[in-house]
Amino acid sequence: MASIKHKNTKRIEGLDKNVWVAFTSVAADPSIVNLGQGYPDIPPPSYVKEGLAQAAMVDRLNQYTRGFGHPTLVKALSKVYGKVYDRQLDPFKEILVTVGGYGSLFSTMQALVEEGDEVIIIEPFFDCYVPMVKMAGGKPVLIPLRLKSSSAASSVSSADWVLDQEELASKFNSKTKAIIINTPNNPIGKIFSRSELQAIADLCIKHDTLCISDEVYEWLVYKGHEHVKIATLPGMWDRTITIGSAGKTFSVTGWKLGWSIGPEHLIKHLQTVMQNSLYTCPTPLQEAVGQGLLRDFELMGKPDCYFTSLALELEGKRDRMAAMLRQTGMTPVVPEGGYFMIADVTALNQDLSHMGDDEPYDYKFVKWMIKEKKLASIPVTAFVGEDSVKQFEKYIRLCFIKQESTLDAAEAILKSWNKD
Amino acid sequence: MSRKLHARRIEGIDKNIWVELTQLAADYKAVNLGQGFPDFSPPSFVQEAFCKALNEGFSMHQYTRAFGHPNLVKILAKFFSRIVGREIDPMEDILVSVGAYQALFCTFQALIDEGDEVIIVEPFFDCYQPMVMMAGGTAIYVPLKPVCCGPVLSSADWVLSPEELASKFSPRTKAIVINTPNNPLGKVYKRKELQMIADLCIKHDVICISDEVYEWLTYDGTKHVKIASLPGMWERTVTIGSAGKTFSATGWKVGWAMGSEHILKHLKTVHQNSVYHCATAAQEAVAVGFQREYDVFGTEESYFHQLPIHLHEKRLRLADCLKSVGLKPILPQGGYFMIGLATIPVSAFYSPEHRNEFQKYIRFCFVKEDSTLQAAEDILRQWSDGKLKKF
Repeated sequence: MASIKHKNTKRIEGLDKNVWVAFTSVAADPSIVNLGQGYPDIPPPSYVKEGLAQAAMVDRLNQYTRGFGHPTLVKALSKVYGKVYDRQLDPFKEILVTVGGYGSLFSTMQALVEEGDEVIIIEPFFDCYVPMVKMAGGKPVLIPLRLKSSSAASSVSSADWVLDQEELASKFNSKTKAIIINTPNNPIGKIFSRSELQAIADLCIKHDTLCISDEVYEWLVYKGHEHVKIATLPGMWDRTITIGSAGKTFSVTGWKLGWSIGPEHLIKHLQTVMQNSLYTCPTPLQEAVGQGLLRDFELMGKPDCYFTSLALELEGKRDRMAAMLRQTGMTPVVPEGGYFMIADVTALNQDLSHMGDDEPYDYKFVKWMIKEKKLASIPVTAFVGEDSVKQFEKYIRLCFIKQESTLDAAEAILKSWNKD
Repeated sequence: MSRKLHARRIEGIDKNIWVELTQLAADYKAVNLGQGFPDFSPPSFVQEAFCKALNEGFSMHQYTRAFGHPNLVKILAKFFSRIVGREIDPMEDILVSVGAYQALFCTFQALIDEGDEVIIVEPFFDCYQPMVMMAGGTAIYVPLKPVCCGPVLSSADWVLSPEELASKFSPRTKAIVINTPNNPLGKVYKRKELQMIADLCIKHDVICISDEVYEWLTYDGTKHVKIASLPGMWERTVTIGSAGKTFSATGWKVGWAMGSEHILKHLKTVHQNSVYHCATAAQEAVAVGFQREYDVFGTEESYFHQLPIHLHEKRLRLADCLKSVGLKPILPQGGYFMIGLATIPVSAFYSPEHRNEFQKYIRFCFVKEDSTLQAAEDILRQWSDGKLKKF
């Protein structure tokens, strides 16, 4: 009965598999401490929830709003980011509201990438970049971050993971349409420094390439580090799309709202995709995010601004998690930003040969750890291409935007690790 | 930047009628009977469900299941199984989307390749054509045409010519898109009309994309029939629905695609590579709404029973108003809209080939508060009186 006409289209050939499908069922089991999938189990700020409850009571806010972004929200975004970028942002022409950061990535790829285009992606990468480039007909060109050999064995920071400049330059050619950067990076937590971004910018300008900058974790920056927007470097505004997320900003991943900011001549193409794919995002959610942003705009730079207070709260959790992992014998890579940490499990010398050899080591380790230790994490090779598997297969990713009780439970497991 | 930036797939689909007209309506403070959304609130039980969801545990504000919040897909499966007359699997046969719009997008992206032909019945909801184009397909049009011109035109009088329809099917035809109740006409396809379409789908092994967002809005006892329930059609139909139209909450942007697993799985692949998840709290509220409607289905209390009654009056009121100023309204059997005069030009819903035949018709949305309809009436009366005075 399987009609040939019921087959999938070419654009989605091979894109049906997904790392999360394998691991999200784990999340359902309450006996497992889940540090896998990246979402908070801490509540969002109350004023944001209240804002939504209020919006839902206004008739007009339960109906369609402006397709490219609800006026309250785009105006608030232009205010907040106008300050951050130190430039006037046109809320209607230089901003597009999308279904999460994910939706912004999709709109960008569909608008600007096509067959014949190459897109440079830095490993490890948020896993959707490769399938999205492929779905748009483009060719992903991968380049890994590499651990500096000079870093101390016992105390590794995400800053120790860097791009080889010659290697990076070699990836650019006349077919290169864009480079995707993610800063702060998921999963490593690296924040690209100004000089690192300048090196990327120089290449973008030299090769007339676009830059897609995924900055969803932009507010989660820890002491001693600074988030720099590549779009603010000379010559970059006109060729950069910067992506942000309400879900990550306000700990409301389930609201699925994000945005793309950039020059009109690029944003207009993303808007075309938007109007032909889902047209508009939910209204009351946009109103609430807009109100939340306006509230925090007034507090920007002060300790009770949520952007600042969340980072402070998470820094404590970051340090706690790093200490727990060290105690077990793992080597954590302490992130400069974001809410993930990767850890090297080599020193544990865990023999997993009984699990066969059709999977990279980290996939086996994660499955073993779920089963034997009741602790869930994500294998880092899910975020890299085949050629880089060997480089990353001893790493697992853990999410630390979790309540203290969750971290307590994780600590208990890690403390008793060697007692079995 | 010196190089060409945008991808070819978005060429020719940048213009959009709603963007232009909603701006005009706002600029001129027009009484807006243009865009299709209610200006009254969703029913209180659904608004309350939303507020309740917001105050539940943290999980309401975090990611839910990508292909649809479990509570929602389960009740949709239960609800529609009863209607379609078959066991619908909540996890395999349903995909929740960001409005019906995104369900349509996933469908075209999943099933239409370059070179595929898609038959579109005119007048059509304007997004079908650019979506087919963006997927690299070719749109083949077949128009509904009025068969009689009595004193009261009804949307039932607009029909497809069987011969003309049959002639549109070719070996390259991948799918046909039908919309029932239809926007903008309000036509509700009868069982035998759907059977005719089904026969052709089966004969030519074509997929049917059935946009049924207005399924609960039928008037004068007209019955909405699901083409997916006809023999041989479940396995080749994607049926699209909308919480926004069902519960008068268009701003929530919750919709779904329903169909056989072997087709839905491709829509899921598109979804997981485009938006991945839909907002959690709105899905929970819609689930609660459907559970309530499941329990009171067929009774007086049901919102699906009350809403069409409520709109029935508004529909008649608008029709009378248009008639009284010398216009010829086409009374819709279903949906939110009436063709008559003055807001969204209907030629937008036709292909370039057939546009000229339909330039004198315009579309009105009557799903508005009585005060809005009153305001429209006043404007039309003044305009008509003003016109008469000239002669």
